[in-house]
Amino acid sequence: MVNEFPQLPTLNSLKRFFMNMQIAITGRGGQGVLFLTRILSECALEMGLEVIASETHGMAMRGGSVISTLKVGSYRGPLIGSGQAEVMLVLDTGSYDTFSNLLSPRGVAFLNTGASNVHPHIAATDLAAKMGSPLMSNLVLLGFALSYDKLFCKFPQVEELTGKISPARFKEANLRALKLGYSASQKED
Amino acid sequence: MKKILLGNEAIARGLLENGCCFAASYPGTPASEILSSFVQIGKAAESPAVGEWSINEKVAFETALAVSYSGGRAAVSMKQVGLNVACDPLMSSAYTGVKGGFLVISADDPGPHSSQTEQDSRMMAMMAKIPVLDPSSPQEAKEMIQLGYQISEEFEIPVMIRPTTRVCHSRQGVSLGEIPAPSIPTGFLKDPQRWAATPRYRFVLHQQLNQKIDTIAEKYGRKSFLKILGGKNASQCILSSGVALAHTYDLLKELKLEDQIALYQVKMPFPLNAKAIWEKVSTYKDILVIEETDPVMEMQLAMRDRIRGRLDGSIPPQGELVPDVLEDCLRKFAGMTQEKRPVPAGKPRRPTLCPGCPHRAAFYAIRQTFPNGIYPSDIGCYTLGLNLGAVDTVLCMGATISQAAGFYHAYRMKGEFPPIVATIGDSTFYHAGLPPLVNAVHNGAKFILVLLDNSTTAMTGNQPTPGMEVLADGRKGKAVSMEELVKASGVKSLSVVDPYSLEDMTQALKAADKVCRSEDGGVAAIISRHPCLMALGADKKKKTERVEVSDDCIGCRVCIDDFECPAIESDTDTGVARIDQTLCSACGVCIQACPQEAIKTVRSEA
Repeated sequence: MVNEFPQLPTLNSLKRFFMNMQIAITGRGGQGVLFLTRILSECALEMGLEVIASETHGMAMRGGSVISTLKVGSYRGPLIGSGQAEVMLVLDTGSYDTFSNLLSPRGVAFLNTGASNVHPHIAATDLAAKMGSPLMSNLVLLGFALSYDKLFCKFPQVEELTGKISPARFKEANLRALKLGYSASQKED
Repeated sequence: MKKILLGNEAIARGLLENGCCFAASYPGTPASEILSSFVQIGKAAESPAVGEWSINEKVAFETALAVSYSGGRAAVSMKQVGLNVACDPLMSSAYTGVKGGFLVISADDPGPHSSQTEQDSRMMAMMAKIPVLDPSSPQEAKEMIQLGYQISEEFEIPVMIRPTTRVCHSRQGVSLGEIPAPSIPTGFLKDPQRWAATPRYRFVLHQQLNQKIDTIAEKYGRKSFLKILGGKNASQCILSSGVALAHTYDLLKELKLEDQIALYQVKMPFPLNAKAIWEKVSTYKDILVIEETDPVMEMQLAMRDRIRGRLDGSIPPQGELVPDVLEDCLRKFAGMTQEKRPVPAGKPRRPTLCPGCPHRAAFYAIRQTFPNGIYPSDIGCYTLGLNLGAVDTVLCMGATISQAAGFYHAYRMKGEFPPIVATIGDSTFYHAGLPPLVNAVHNGAKFILVLLDNSTTAMTGNQPTPGMEVLADGRKGKAVSMEELVKASGVKSLSVVDPYSLEDMTQALKAADKVCRSEDGGVAAIISRHPCLMALGADKKKKTERVEVSDDCIGCRVCIDDFECPAIESDTDTGVARIDQTLCSACGVCIQACPQEAIKTVRSEA
């Protein structure tokens, strides 16, 4: 029988509702930092949360380090100060060195790399390349980060939104990349 | 309904929701997406409103202004240095005033992140004596479009909207309104004493302008000044505007200072209603002004002994007011101790020309052909020719051609004639290259001019140029030929080369040098033409070949240090070159640059 009682909010969902969370996403220009920023912003809006994000455009996009910051909750300014990022998504470890000061001592950074002693990591570019498109490394990394349940949103929400905002010709590959990253850590366990 | 919008999209949306019928712009970070979004959102809403990419900001301003003279609501958008180019019509239009609402959207870039200066457009508004609105978020930017049009039409005056990078390139949930049919121009009403005023009437117009700005301060100055944080017992206060206000708000809460310090927002930094502000803030013992980038509000407040800000060093006089900088200022203001904060482990990666960029090939050939040349250059992606040692000066749009002429005259006086190779992109050439070229030819300057034609405005996101057959909204336009313009400017020697062939490019440079040095020589021009890879569709980028490094590589690093392709890296163990196939575009230019002939093409397995 289907559960007919209204579902009580879980502790986690309550926490999410009152959540203030600062996130930084970094990489090289062209690696898809902006797309991740868009997915997470849209996700926050869909969940009824306030959100403001800042992006890098212009000259730095030509191969330089780029950074997006995303603040979910009762914030007004889009930038984050040193030591304030609870979560960082890092597409390029060189760019992480540039912005590592943003990470909170209690925060977690998810790195796109084969090896790190400090942070959870995944060789997202290699995995995406094996899948047929190294450009999807951003979604592999996002999926991987979601599997740790540290972000304000959950995998199914992100999956739905990614499907919604992906251009038709990339939709299927984007969703595959997201799933690949999400299931990668579970395989390792 | 709310939708996540980029600040620039919110501004475009605001224009359409408020009946703007004509918007013009020239692309420039951080303002570029305003016009492209205006066109896209307008199209989706089946609005007949027109958006145009103009040849430069001055032309954009004047074109849009005539629409306003004709009674239609119009807007012009640009980056802050673009406003320098449009400064002439800006100053004069403040005197003539407008008919249909007219907004000047000038996006500043404190930092600077993607500009040659950190200048504050609000200073330009002050100099022109027009009101300026300073939004602190995308949502507010959209709301200010409505207020701006209201003031503009009530007082028949241009109104400036001044967002900064962090508003333009922020994303936020923005509430959407209806997009009505745009305002239809009612027609131009002749009034020579106004629209074609001679100096005698200009004096009268100036008098009227002064009256307008006083009345605007009286009527809107009070409304645009509001308390947004702080308890009744606060002993100190902060006046702030723009995105600096938003970051100050977050920091006051984070540092738990909202009981001690009250925060006031000023939405219209010029003209400031100093009297109204003083009535509200004179009871506080300290007053700090936080604004980007220059002390516009601070200078309008006379009580020097009570006011702190940029002028007394309480706020650094340059640079972006990022949270870390502001936190130090706020702690000092509140009498708190400073805290040590983590520092980044490394330096930012420097930007580079993309793999396969045709500019890299052109710069490499220039540097190799004239190792002792002088290389004036200009604003665009190709500024990154710096990395190849083939760019010596970058001043402002179009300056490369005038400066090449200046260098020629300077060295002629010294009795020397070094090779001078000026580089300029196609969009920049159309924007500001024509008058200096005519001038250089007319005044007998001799140098090589390389027009880097990648058939797009690449740096700002591949907007069309006047050399292309496409308009902002995708309609077919008339392409204006670069070759014909160069020839009509009086240039006698012109060749067109694909720089992907280093041999062809080198031959063209040598031939141009010969012409320029001949008795009746002058400016010798080369059009280095190859399309930008970023502008091509994904299908066209598909590689059929693979470029690889063979065992002949001796690790001389020419391809890495001199050719500077980001797709080539050196093996950490052996020092030989290796190609990152995920980045390589298989342009094959490095094959020609390799002195060992160690780079080869192999057929791709696909």
